[in-house]
Amino acid sequence: MVNTKKVALTGNEAVAQAMKQINPDVVAAYPITPQTEIVQFFSSFVANGQVDTEFVTVESEHSAMSATVGAAAGGARAMTATSANGLALMWEVLYIAASNRLPIVMPVVNRALSAPINIHCDHADSMGARDSGWIQLYSENAQEAYDNVIQAIRIAEHPDVLLPVMVTMDGFIISHALENLEIIDDDAVKEFVGEYKPDMHLLDPDNPITMGPLDLYDFYFEHKRQQAEAMKNAKKVILEVGKEYGKLTGREYGLFEKYKLDDAEEAIIVLNSAAGTAKEAVDALREKGKKAGLLKLRVFRPFPYQEIADALKHVKVVGVMDRSEGFSDFGGPVFSQVRSALYDLKQDIKVVNYIYGLGGRDIAEEDFAKIFGNLEKIKTTGKIDNLVSYYGVRE
Amino acid sequence: MATLKELSQKKEVLTGGHRLCAGCGHGIATRMVLNAVEDPLVVSVATGCLEVATTIYPYTAWRCSFIHNAFENAAATISGVEVAYRALKRKGKIEKDMKFVAFGGDGGTYDIGFQSLSGAMERGHNIVYVCLDNGAYMNTGIQRSSATPFGADTTTSPAGKVIPGKQQFRKDLTAVMADHNIPYVAQASPHNWKDLHEKARKAFEVDGPAFLNILSPCPRGWRYNTPDISQVLKLAVESRYWPLFEVENGKWKLNHRPKKYVPVEEWLKLQGRFRHLFKEENRHLIDKLQKEVDRRWDILLERCGEKKEE
Ligand SMILES: Cc1ncc(C[n+]2csc(CCOP(=O)(O)OP(=O)(O)O)c2C)c(N)n1
Repeated sequence: MVNTKKVALTGNEAVAQAMKQINPDVVAAYPITPQTEIVQFFSSFVANGQVDTEFVTVESEHSAMSATVGAAAGGARAMTATSANGLALMWEVLYIAASNRLPIVMPVVNRALSAPINIHCDHADSMGARDSGWIQLYSENAQEAYDNVIQAIRIAEHPDVLLPVMVTMDGFIISHALENLEIIDDDAVKEFVGEYKPDMHLLDPDNPITMGPLDLYDFYFEHKRQQAEAMKNAKKVILEVGKEYGKLTGREYGLFEKYKLDDAEEAIIVLNSAAGTAKEAVDALREKGKKAGLLKLRVFRPFPYQEIADALKHVKVVGVMDRSEGFSDFGGPVFSQVRSALYDLKQDIKVVNYIYGLGGRDIAEEDFAKIFGNLEKIKTTGKIDNLVSYYGVRE
Repeated sequence: MATLKELSQKKEVLTGGHRLCAGCGHGIATRMVLNAVEDPLVVSVATGCLEVATTIYPYTAWRCSFIHNAFENAAATISGVEVAYRALKRKGKIEKDMKFVAFGGDGGTYDIGFQSLSGAMERGHNIVYVCLDNGAYMNTGIQRSSATPFGADTTTSPAGKVIPGKQQFRKDLTAVMADHNIPYVAQASPHNWKDLHEKARKAFEVDGPAFLNILSPCPRGWRYNTPDISQVLKLAVESRYWPLFEVENGKWKLNHRPKKYVPVEEWLKLQGRFRHLFKEENRHLIDKLQKEVDRRWDILLERCGEKKEE
């Protein structure tokens, strides 16, 4: 175990702290609420000589991701951070970063997408990027955001992976709330992340490479196939890194967290901060003798479909919580993936979807109690009234 | 200044065997620019003819490090490479001196990549940005850009029965870049290889950003007799449609003053994209373009501290 320190930090401070300790070669970033503070904190680290980073104050998020791609292609450890519209503006280049196999790490502070413009939390932004080829790690609180950012470097740069990683936390709810957490000392982070030594990069004039060529029907498909394989490999690496980080800090990370799930009959699946609230509800229900449980998904890309199916195989009813609307008329993105993952069990597990919390609408412990109540009703009656429902909205 | 013979013996950075059209200005201009560099290079190219024709996987025509990111972000991309270089050099991980250059077509530079270019220039990276201005989006089939000359027939500003070609004058991007107050900005043409070579040399030499705008004819888009590329370029300059000038640390300098007044018509008539302007009912458009060329020329003379013509 390493030396640790107990500190009170907001989510943004914790992420900025992790970035400072990682001390990347290049950070290119642009401000957007609620991520802005990360950029500001990092600027002050640069201004005060606390990091060796070249900090690029680009004129947009499109350029933030473009410059980060350039820097990573140059063999630098490069990072950026964003939220919502900023992530949407990066969309084109997100795919390019992943497809060029550049191990960029990017904290994303979850915020609703426009329109109407709204600065508060939902997951529309990162869910919109779910098919861009980025690994996605979700964080319940500031501690997890901090831990995930540090682990993300190792996951991204692993030679079997070489993919960018997005680490998300909930805007305002986590980014701006003060929390007690444990940080590890600078040297331990330095040692854990190690030195980035890419095999090939643009700044090696003796071995010039061409990156980003035109790649047509005779090769493109093979390159996509390799990329898919890298995403598959990521699962193993995420677990290895999570274990190693656990040895170091006592906080081991997996693909998801099971909370009172092993004997549960009604389970909720939820990402990020609402998981904390839901756990309170689970505790209260357990005290009343109810068989409530929870699965908090940490890794959404790659999607751990076999592990999820295994963890839920004994459950009777699953309520999947989606903090984003996919406008598919078939529920949110987490729902359709989880439901599909359970198909092969060939068991009559009822799976329903709750879209909640859009644009920062709060969700409280009693709301989860109600949702568990609904799940229990489905269990006893075997009847589903609404496959997809919108929780906490005026209709 | 190197002689043409010396330059011809330099190892080409952009090799032959690429798939640019015969008579395309892009290959010529790019080779001339890169000929002026001694240090190892990283080249970033925007999506467009130069990129698609030189890097068809698994082949590449580039002997240097090369990156293509997207259409509108060649400048941001090379700025990222340049900061990576600064960071890694400072840490002693790179020893050699290197140079950084981005190439974009006029679409990738005047239009969609304008913000990325402006940002990179303002931030002061030690990079050279080269616009290969062929006056339209050629890679996607000759659509108008803000660099397209007034009156030109393109596939999105066709010479129709009611609207006779492009309705707007071109954006004066070189002047806009000069207003960024960067150390070096120049406008050049490959037919004047000495001038272009010198400008490229200066662009790579200055400490900070430099911008080169190079006229680059497209045989398909401009519809001229392919072997006449040099003549087409020369008349663009002699007719003062494309003046050769540079702005060094804020000081404007005219590099070539045509000896006699050549009407812009002389340049237009070499190119099929202007053919419709020579119909009787459209002749007034040539006059309109001429007026604008004259007006801009006068402004340029004033900026360069040159005497106006009588
Ligand atoms: C975001 C985006 N929009 C549109 C395109 C399609 N596109 C590719 S190249 C190109 C035109 C390139 O024109 P220009 O920059 O003038 O270069 P040229 O090919 O003429 O050298 C266009 C429109 C694209 N690749 N990306």
